[in-house]
Amino acid sequence: MIPSLVIFLILAPLVVALLAFLNRKVVPFAGIVYPAAVVLIGASLGLLKAPMGGQPLMIPAHAEWVEPAMLIAEVGLSAYLLLLAFKQKDWMVGALVAVQAALLLAFHFKAGDKIHAEANLFIDPFSVVMGLIIGVIGTLIAVYAVGYMEDFYHHHHEFQDERPLFFALIFLFLSAMFGVCFSNNLLWLFFFWEITTACSFLLIRYKRDTQSTANAFWALRWNLLGGLGFLLGIIFLYKGVHTVEMNRLLMAPKMLVLLPVALISFAGITKSAQLPFSSWLVGAMVAPTPVSALLHSSTMVKAGVYIVLRFASVLAGTSFGLVVALVGAVTFLIGSFICISQNDAKKVLAYSTIANLGLIIMCAGVGTYEAVWAGILLIIFHAISKGLLFLCVGTIEHKLHSRLIEDMTGLAHRMPKMAVMVQIGIAGMFLAPFGMLISKWAVLRAIVDYNPFLAIFLIYGSAATLFFWVKWLGKLLIIDREYKNIEDGISQDQWIPLGILAGLTVLICAGFSWVAKMFIEPYMMVVYGTSVNLGVGNIIIMGIMLGLIALFPMALLNRGKGVRVVPPYLAGANQGEGGREFRNALDGSQAMELKNYYLQDYFGEDKLMRLGVILGSCLVVALVLMGGI
Amino acid sequence: MWWLGGLLFIVLAPFVGGLLSGIDRKITARMQGRIGPPVWQAFYDVAKLLQKENLVVRPTQKMYMDFFLVFTIFTGVLFFSGGDLLLVIFALTMAGVFFVLGGYKASSPYSFIGAQRETLQMMSYEPAVLIAAVGIYMVTRSFQVAQIVHHPTLIIKDLPGVFFAFFFILTIKFRKSPFDLSTSHHAHQELVKGITTEFSGRTLAKIEIAHWYEYVFILGFVYLFFASNPVLGVAMALLAFFCELVIDNISARVRWQWLLAASWGVAFVAGGANILYLMLKG
Repeated sequence: MIPSLVIFLILAPLVVALLAFLNRKVVPFAGIVYPAAVVLIGASLGLLKAPMGGQPLMIPAHAEWVEPAMLIAEVGLSAYLLLLAFKQKDWMVGALVAVQAALLLAFHFKAGDKIHAEANLFIDPFSVVMGLIIGVIGTLIAVYAVGYMEDFYHHHHEFQDERPLFFALIFLFLSAMFGVCFSNNLLWLFFFWEITTACSFLLIRYKRDTQSTANAFWALRWNLLGGLGFLLGIIFLYKGVHTVEMNRLLMAPKMLVLLPVALISFAGITKSAQLPFSSWLVGAMVAPTPVSALLHSSTMVKAGVYIVLRFASVLAGTSFGLVVALVGAVTFLIGSFICISQNDAKKVLAYSTIANLGLIIMCAGVGTYEAVWAGILLIIFHAISKGLLFLCVGTIEHKLHSRLIEDMTGLAHRMPKMAVMVQIGIAGMFLAPFGMLISKWAVLRAIVDYNPFLAIFLIYGSAATLFFWVKWLGKLLIIDREYKNIEDGISQDQWIPLGILAGLTVLICAGFSWVAKMFIEPYMMVVYGTSVNLGVGNIIIMGIMLGLIALFPMALLNRGKGVRVVPPYLAGANQGEGGREFRNALDGSQAMELKNYYLQDYFGEDKLMRLGVILGSCLVVALVLMGGI
Repeated sequence: MWWLGGLLFIVLAPFVGGLLSGIDRKITARMQGRIGPPVWQAFYDVAKLLQKENLVVRPTQKMYMDFFLVFTIFTGVLFFSGGDLLLVIFALTMAGVFFVLGGYKASSPYSFIGAQRETLQMMSYEPAVLIAAVGIYMVTRSFQVAQIVHHPTLIIKDLPGVFFAFFFILTIKFRKSPFDLSTSHHAHQELVKGITTEFSGRTLAKIEIAHWYEYVFILGFVYLFFASNPVLGVAMALLAFFCELVIDNISARVRWQWLLAASWGVAFVAGGANILYLMLKG
């Protein structure tokens, strides 16, 4: 039952992708995406029935045709990318594709017959977590995309309508993501990994303007470099211990697999846009917002941290692990700092995604059971809250025709429901007792036991986190003039996923100890033989805090009682309607404007990014050199 | 009896905090060659505020301050009933965020600028506070306040740098010069009353009471560093408070750049070096 469900989850989105691709104005896309969403969400909830305790369930999934098919697909994909690279004259990408294809072919023809994997697929609690994120959040984002893309073509007549391709890529991507998290055969995993890279590339390039194309190739370059590392990792693994299976790798003597693990971690670092590679993810924000939400925040970049977390037990206590942890720590710090100076909401979300992925990478590099526990928790909470925030920003952008945070003044009146969702999303990102804060708390505890000095990075980074989220949150609340409600006309395709994600943010926060017990603990017991307990008392305290915050909406009912509304203090020079303007030096009337701090001189993007690239490059070079020695 | 500390905090802290506030004004006045108000003046002020009309710019702005008060009390209760130090700090942040959002919600230039500076101040002091928690954990191997107070030796002996960094940011938490950027006890020309400009009557009284609770909580945190010797602990907490008054009276307000650089720098150099030393010592 469960084995066929896993195979179904990988294959079903492929069928949907094909249907979407062939759908040339036959049915509206809702007619394809909604049924697909119901089936996929249902099927991924079916994963809950998988055996949670004990060893992972290995799934042989042997079929004669699979491996040749994968090889043909890979060669075909390489040829296509090569062609595009030549057209674009991007020799770097061309070279990477060629080298990768040559290596893969050589490996197959030299060792192909001898490679034998007992189980190509598997399932354990960690992959169930990933499966649920992809199946539920991923599909919800696909549903949102139906409404969003409709709006998108209302607003942008300059782009050609290529929705069949768009939805085909989205579902192809979902299939590949399921493949990534259920593969035990690393060659399979690598295949799915490259498919996600290709989907990401094609979706960033989707609009086809110069900027999108350039950014897509930039993203492709770094992901291909990571892919090359991945492939080399597999080859070295096979040379060293004659296997390509993940479960065997994890059982092999540490010394023999350190180099392959370091190389695959390098691939993970590029995929999850850690420094020095972070810029590709920032550039990827040119893609339509559902793409940013799905690929560049909730799921694809999680594949990178997933694979590093998988190997955390190998990295634990090694100098490789320390370097990986430092990459994550530096990325978290610099990513959070840069957020302070960003006005573009999508850029804030991008940098904060990079930062949070850094936190997870840091956990993986530390590799102790406490750290891995916190890392998995972070994956869950981040996927939900950040998915929600991206989708909110997408819709807001269509309504306000701007995605600058400065233009969101008064959103609480202009788009009341949306403002509530944004507030939930932001609270989910940094406030106690919401998810990300619980995770950060766990991370801090884990790191203090491992290397307190790493905690310094975390501490400074989260101070910055506080600053940029609060000023965004505050901006929504300001009502500096009369605002009209402009919330009408947002389709249900957008409201449904938004509502579910907002609900999930709160629910998972209320039930996080259940989530931890249900999914993370069984995994920890298998890998480490022990798990984390935050203490019943502390969980109750979290519950009380959540209860207190829940009182806030109720307090709203009581607003305006026992108070008298007056104009703001403007040094006594109020005039105009509602007294919200003041008399200026020329005796004219001046409306007040409230603009946030961005501290450009201190937290400017260019300067910090340069520093980050230098630090990150040093660390990555160290990682690779240490493997060579 | 873990709840007793929390209960005592709820009941007694306003008295202690209010009294400290009165003493503050008295001592400050004496330093400036004035006689100053009676020590109970803080209570008289709040009693008067409670009777005044509540003027607002936005009808919902007062709710944020209600929650500021609730979460400040929550923070203190958690601390004095021996809870997890990290959770205590997060609850404190939560309280601070409500305070700031109240300032934003008021939608007035002065409260807005005050709210932003308050956020900046929170960002400035947070590293030192968290480093203090980490340092205390390294010495006592526990985040639980209940266990930390029973540590047999003086914690400060191992954490002089961390304590210095923490002491440095106390000025921010007490809203004293040179770090009273967001609001202060005196009106300033460019800031008026900063974040609290648009708050009056009952709401302003609540803010005042929340600050009293905050005073006691902060002094409790100072006490932790000396917990093995309770008499010394109380004495040092009071001394720290007195030092803040002196600093307040001899310094002028600085710009935010200086505030951020100084508090982060001190936390990193003094606190970080202390942590590194403890780590290497094993």
